[in-house]
Amino acid sequence: MIVRLFSRRDDRIEGAFEPAEAQMLLDLVGQVRTLLAHRRDEVPSDPLAELTGLTVGPSTAPADPAVARLLPDLHREDPRLSAGMRMLREPEVLAAKDDAAVALIRSLPMVGGHVRLTEATARSWLVALNDVRLVFGVRLDITDDVEPPAAATADRDGPEYAMYLTYRWLSTVQESLIDALAEEGPA
Amino acid sequence: MTSVPGETLPVAGSDARAAAVTSEDAPWVTIVWNDPVNLMSYVTYVFETLLGHPRPTAHKLMLDVHQKGRATVAGGSRDEMESVATQLHAAGLWATIAQDR
Repeated sequence: MIVRLFSRRDDRIEGAFEPAEAQMLLDLVGQVRTLLAHRRDEVPSDPLAELTGLTVGPSTAPADPAVARLLPDLHREDPRLSAGMRMLREPEVLAAKDDAAVALIRSLPMVGGHVRLTEATARSWLVALNDVRLVFGVRLDITDDVEPPAAATADRDGPEYAMYLTYRWLSTVQESLIDALAEEGPA
Repeated sequence: MTSVPGETLPVAGSDARAAAVTSEDAPWVTIVWNDPVNLMSYVTYVFETLLGHPRPTAHKLMLDVHQKGRATVAGGSRDEMESVATQLHAAGLWATIAQDR
């Protein structure tokens, strides 16, 4: 895969993707949207919520560890407090993540080529890319900053290794986007 | 699901303040925990853009997360900290809130 790095031009962040890269990125971001949508559908039927029009989420952490990583508990030691805060706050997190995913999908042509992002859209890309990487991190059981997971490297022709390479590529894309955002914009 | 833990229900400000016991007045903090996936540059970027920390502070907090496993990145009322941690979750960071007793 060819990695074309992002760069800032005036008030836009520009980059380019091969068709295969664009399709893969759109597919992965779409998969995260699906995971989040399933979680959103777990919304409990709550008479209080119906009465007040308040959107509440489930009180329990997601069963899928990858989704749980996207939606962590808000308190580390107090499960009751976490449950209450989750009900009120999780819908906000789900909405923000979905907005970021949609912003990436809308600004990346399926056939690849050049992308020209506003700063706001570039920030959405960072979030969407990061969410995909967080899911990969759980699926690949990444536990170290540097060392690749043993299962991924055991068979270099296997699907896990291909996944790991994709994860690394996503890291490069995200890093490049951060670098481009950090470049000085127009005065 | 029909019950909502009482302490998380929105309550009228003045009543809530009057009813609060001493321990409730202790300030709350937001803690960010280390994880092996988030890029160091991304964590710094989020601390800078979302929390408004100057670059050197954002960088130092990121290093604390990376090297010590955690860093306290914000302090304030419980509601403020809930909001900050929620925004950090939206950005993909692993954050929790705690009462700073």
